[in-house]
Amino acid sequence: MRSIYLDNNATTPVDPRVLDAMLPYFREHFGNAASRNHRYGWVAEEAVEKAREQVAGVIGASSKEIIWTSGSTEGNNTAILGVARMYADKGRHIITCRIEHKAVIDPCKFLESEGFEVTWLEPDRSGRVRMEDLRQAMRDDTILVSLMFANNELGTINPIAEIGALCKERGVIFHTDATQAFGKVPIDVEAMGIDLLTLSAHKMYGPKGVGALYVRRKKPRVRLQPIIHGGGHERGMRSGTLNVPGIVGCGAAAELCRKEMPTESVRIARLRDRLWAGLSEHLTDVSINGNLEHRLPNTLNVSFLYVEGESMMMGMGDIAVSSGSACTSASLEPSYVLKGLGLGDDLAHSSIRFSLGRFTTQEDIDETIKRVVSAVNHLREMSPLYEMAQQGIDLSKVQWQRH
Amino acid sequence: MAYSDKIIDHYQNPRNVGSLDGNARNVGTGIVGAPECGDVMKLQIQVDEQDRIVDAKFKTFGCGSAIASSSLATEWVKGRTLDEALQIKNTDIVQELALPPVKIHCSVLAEDAVRAAIADVKQKKEQASPRPAGAAAR
Repeated sequence: MRSIYLDNNATTPVDPRVLDAMLPYFREHFGNAASRNHRYGWVAEEAVEKAREQVAGVIGASSKEIIWTSGSTEGNNTAILGVARMYADKGRHIITCRIEHKAVIDPCKFLESEGFEVTWLEPDRSGRVRMEDLRQAMRDDTILVSLMFANNELGTINPIAEIGALCKERGVIFHTDATQAFGKVPIDVEAMGIDLLTLSAHKMYGPKGVGALYVRRKKPRVRLQPIIHGGGHERGMRSGTLNVPGIVGCGAAAELCRKEMPTESVRIARLRDRLWAGLSEHLTDVSINGNLEHRLPNTLNVSFLYVEGESMMMGMGDIAVSSGSACTSASLEPSYVLKGLGLGDDLAHSSIRFSLGRFTTQEDIDETIKRVVSAVNHLREMSPLYEMAQQGIDLSKVQWQRH
Repeated sequence: MAYSDKIIDHYQNPRNVGSLDGNARNVGTGIVGAPECGDVMKLQIQVDEQDRIVDAKFKTFGCGSAIASSSLATEWVKGRTLDEALQIKNTDIVQELALPPVKIHCSVLAEDAVRAAIADVKQKKEQASPRPAGAAAR
């Protein structure tokens, strides 16, 4: 059976054009960008600065505001820990949300253990933060709001410009983890009032192990206490020899996203809608998780009632997707994001995330519909829950024998 | 984590999928697990007058390993007496299907489902059998 990749929110393949741009920096242009006194260093530095402009260009920033990182986990840690420690004398209160990525949740939890206070907002049932909740959570000692641009499991997009405006009004620094949104939807750090923004290359057809953090330089000038100390690279905010080929790849990938976004976002959204149309036409009891209006063009999270996610993945043949089911993760816990929506654990166990990408074709989608429909039918045939539902039994009222 | 060939075989060609008449006196039903835990198994057995299991059916909501565990359990109980069926241990299922450690709970669930079905049919038989002398007639 043909393999199909629909897990682009986990990672994307490197675009061949990106790889071509990178290769010379492994071969002849191997210099250290910090070597200021010979040509090898100058060539590397020039490439790094070009990449900085390419990344900045996607979000309406200046290249001086881009700090290179090893990826979004580092970017989020640098931003959150960096702000907390730099501004601790101003206040020790941070606001974030329960369905953020672990790379935001865990540094915030770590800060709690250091005596900071964190307000964990509950999203609405579509995964969006409510502005009213945020307004109420703001305090005089709030120093940072960290809310993701788009959710990785749902594709739901937060009201970023409104959050940015409120933070400006209250003089609070606004960090957004834009790992999933960067290159997929328009971002403008000025219009949206973003002070810090995290991105990663491998979610947008660049290589793994490289990313960037946007750090606002004017109105206000955001300062960070570094978490990695060393040679003072990246304006002292992130020491360490720059990963020049990776950075060149990150820049090239960003540039391609910027150029192709107007056509690609339309093409991918059309394929996503075709996928949903096919699934909902051939199957009963399916529903979309997440917001239908404010969402990424590439993500479709679906609950297939009465069927468990991992068994579905097994039945689809070689199609790479993600499931909110407990059984697919090492922790045996179902997705905290889906649970966080208040939809019930059973929906999380029955959910599949399809995330499309640049190399997804219409044939992929049509084949996926066929295989998913057949897997769901096969599994419902042997599902006691489906049988009970057909008999009119209300599953929420059954006394289950938990084990 | 890759699945063993036996798990894949039971998943693709599950044995004894279906339902027996749960109201019948000689049918025992065991339903274990919960939807919010990610697995629910229904296992049914039909016994003859000598308490020998002549038929078994299952339906399972759960991962591939849970489906395979219950499918295998129905195969194993058929032809056994109730007491013999009680000898089936989850560790036998683990071994037969080569379940990885994180999936051992699937085999436990299958063993529980077999036990619950046996308890159910035994209870029905006790209720239906003539009461000892002195017991009030119904």
